[in-house]
Amino acid sequence: MAATTADLVRARPRTAPARLWALPPVAVLALVFLYPLALVVRESLTPGAYARVLGSHAFQDALGTTVWLAAGATVGCLVLGFVLALILAFVPFPGSRAVARFIDVFLSFPSFLVTLALLFVYGTVGIANGLWTGATGDGDGPFDFLTTPWGVLLAEITYFTPFVVRPLLAAFSQVDTAQLEAASSLGAKPARVVRQVIWPEALPALAAGGSLVLVMSLNEFGIVLFTGAKGVTTLPTLVYGKAILESDYPAACVVAVVNIALSTGLYALYRGVSRRAGAHR
Amino acid sequence: MLVHTARGRRTAWAVFALLFTPLFALPLLVVLAASFATNWSGALPSGPTAAHYATAVRGEPLQALATSLVTAATASLLALVVGAWAALAADALGRRGRRVLDALFVLPVAVPSVAVGLAVLVAYSQPPFLLNGTRWIVILAHTVLVTAFAHQSVGAALRRLDPAYEQAAASLGARPLHVLRRVKLPLLLPSLNAAAGLCFALSMGELSATMMLYPPDWLPLPVLVFTATDRGSLFTGSALAVVLMAATLLVLLALSRLRTRAAHR
Repeated sequence: MAATTADLVRARPRTAPARLWALPPVAVLALVFLYPLALVVRESLTPGAYARVLGSHAFQDALGTTVWLAAGATVGCLVLGFVLALILAFVPFPGSRAVARFIDVFLSFPSFLVTLALLFVYGTVGIANGLWTGATGDGDGPFDFLTTPWGVLLAEITYFTPFVVRPLLAAFSQVDTAQLEAASSLGAKPARVVRQVIWPEALPALAAGGSLVLVMSLNEFGIVLFTGAKGVTTLPTLVYGKAILESDYPAACVVAVVNIALSTGLYALYRGVSRRAGAHR
Repeated sequence: MLVHTARGRRTAWAVFALLFTPLFALPLLVVLAASFATNWSGALPSGPTAAHYATAVRGEPLQALATSLVTAATASLLALVVGAWAALAADALGRRGRRVLDALFVLPVAVPSVAVGLAVLVAYSQPPFLLNGTRWIVILAHTVLVTAFAHQSVGAALRRLDPAYEQAAASLGARPLHVLRRVKLPLLLPSLNAAAGLCFALSMGELSATMMLYPPDWLPLPVLVFTATDRGSLFTGSALAVVLMAATLLVLLALSRLRTRAAHR
């Protein structure tokens, strides 16, 4: 990587005061974040806690559910986000800018709103089932997936897709439209233009957005809690259940340590990927 | 541009509408519509009422809104001070020092919020720091969760800053603290403002760590939305959620107005 002028300018001799100035914020962080984290690790080391938790069915189920939900949500968001961003960027319509703004606003709302809305749409007495019973006269409707992992998956895909759309739109704004025009005037079909011109440009943004969604869906709590699904337990809800409902702190700390290890590992990967994506441009 | 026939374009738009409307537009509209209804078991809600809002703006819900606003404002302010300070300090360090400091301050994003809640609960329920049961434990956890975002956006703005201003000021004999106060901070003001908005919105909607920590007398609005939904009062929950969204958007709007006004000056 070539040093920019800014780097050269900043590469002045490090004086002791510069390090001293870094001390107060680091001390605050250590007190409010690193010290609590260390205590969680210490608590998880209570004799027998790891063997007890890691061997339990509740933990193994939660781990399996968490991983497949996160993987499913990531794939879903990538596919959906790519299609939406493609149309927004390259087949613009009146109001497509407003839609892009709306997606930004969507990001500033809490995740549990999506689940709350889905309860009205697909819940046992919601719109979809109401329409069905109204039309067929049956006692209850066919939509009964909200309290299953599929309901959580649908909510997570809805909530996290904007996190893929945003970097994709940024990447697509760098695509030279003249290139697209040239390709299609030479007779390339849209599918081929997408594959050969747009896809390579989208890859870094897809990788970065996808790994961010993976980390966030591993750690999602509000959506799972709001579904009220007793059958769906993920690692974060297991931490909550063990600590608050059962007051079993050593077990909660063990689950938390596993969850932290999983998500910091993936987040480090995300940082690496997005840094490379940034350098690629 | 990509699709040249009118028919192809219409197909693309139809696909977009088909995916976008039910997934993104519908949820917000549904919550909004439900907050004015008493019953919803068909295509449209029925029993129009404003009663949910009447209960949402008094007593416990109003208290919860105030709690959320105070928590979010305090946490954002603390996060801005710590995050911006760390970003500025990192900027003055060498390349390696900056890396270490950035990694340290970004760590809370990677740690699940529930785990942050648990960690704060464990650490501040035992001596020497007893904060459990007070409002400060909630504010502390929110600060931890949003500081990373403040640090990241101020750090990104610092890297885009033209070093010429700082050099010019320094070459004219301005002391570092003076440069910071009169040159750097004013230039960073727009990104500090944006960071404040981000932190505020995140803290307003925070549920995971809050659920682990909240004492009975410091109940933020998202917790109330959850308890209402959990006991089956979906319509009341919707009204509370709309109040939460509206309050968040109003503050974000005010912050962005402030930003554009400062830019015009």
